Amino acid sequence: MEAQAIFDTLKGKFGDAVVELQGEGFSPAFAVVAPAAVKEVSRFLKEDPDLSFDSLMCLSGVDYKDKFAVAYHLHSLKHRHAIGLKAMLPRENPSLPTVDDVWPAANFQEREAFDLFGIGFEGSKDLRRILLPEDWEGHPLRKDYKYPDSYHGIKV
Amino acid sequence: MGPHPAGHPGRERREMTHDPSHGKGGAGASAPTGASAALGPEAHVLVGNADLFVNWARKSSLWYLLFATACCGIELMQAGASRYDLDRFGAVFRATPRQSDLMLVAGTITHKMADRVKRLYEQMPEPKYVIAMGSCANTGGPFYKDSYCVVKGVDLLIPVDVYIPGCPPRPEALIDGIMALQKIIMRKKNYGAKA
Repeated sequence: MEAQAIFDTLKGKFGDAVVELQGEGFSPAFAVVAPAAVKEVSRFLKEDPDLSFDSLMCLSGVDYKDKFAVAYHLHSLKHRHAIGLKAMLPRENPSLPTVDDVWPAANFQEREAFDLFGIGFEGSKDLRRILLPEDWEGHPLRKDYKYPDSYHGIKV
Repeated sequence: MGPHPAGHPGRERREMTHDPSHGKGGAGASAPTGASAALGPEAHVLVGNADLFVNWARKSSLWYLLFATACCGIELMQAGASRYDLDRFGAVFRATPRQSDLMLVAGTITHKMADRVKRLYEQMPEPKYVIAMGSCANTGGPFYKDSYCVVKGVDLLIPVDVYIPGCPPRPEALIDGIMALQKIIMRKKNYGAKA
């Protein structure tokens, strides 16, 4: 199924929660959805037999300076088609529902986005830092991250 | 003794066998090589200082800790395997710091890893040596600028004896580094572990 057809299916099902299709410069195209609807949209994309997106290829955090985003790359092994999903988040307290009960593989990737961008995933079964030490301060991939002078007495 | 005349010392007899030119036995003052000839060929006397012996023993059995944190570890594995064969130098890997003499820091050290590096080093018995292998362990290498998570050189954590440049160094370079460490060890004095 083509990206436009997938987007139309989502639009018909979820209405205003599906905002727009970003096709220019993206492959696969991104369907931008409201953060609160991410879990329902994801479940529909996975369980609908015509869509059947059984593989979460990648989950990324993005810092646009004025806002954050979480981008999901989905692929269907059954139908051999792909789509992107994107949720825009505010700069202050960025947070959205987890999808780790839809795709269990999401957990590690959500932990990475939490670790490096400080994006919260509500209802996650295990949201801890994954790469950095537990006592690290700040989220280093944020554009406004300030490097610490030292960590445990070692110059950074 | 059997067929030989009774009372004839076996030592003299054997010397005759080895070197018939000394017709009268081993005690000849006219022997050309002095002391060794005077004591006879069985008397193997080793003269040297104890440092030489201790250092030689230490440099000839550099058991290294299996400690590979990045791609340098692949080169380390090659160097230890049959093609380059670090065993030739008496260097074999140990899977525990308590049996290791040498810590080969092969790879990037992050701040999260730093505590573990220090602890492993402290668990090693004296005398202990450290080789920093590759650019990451030397200076932070490709992560030197704009990295929040990489330690800029393992010498910020533990004392380093030999630095091997390269990204990663080839096994020949690693072997050269180990030979450089052997030369350093041979220069130590008074059984000293430190230079």
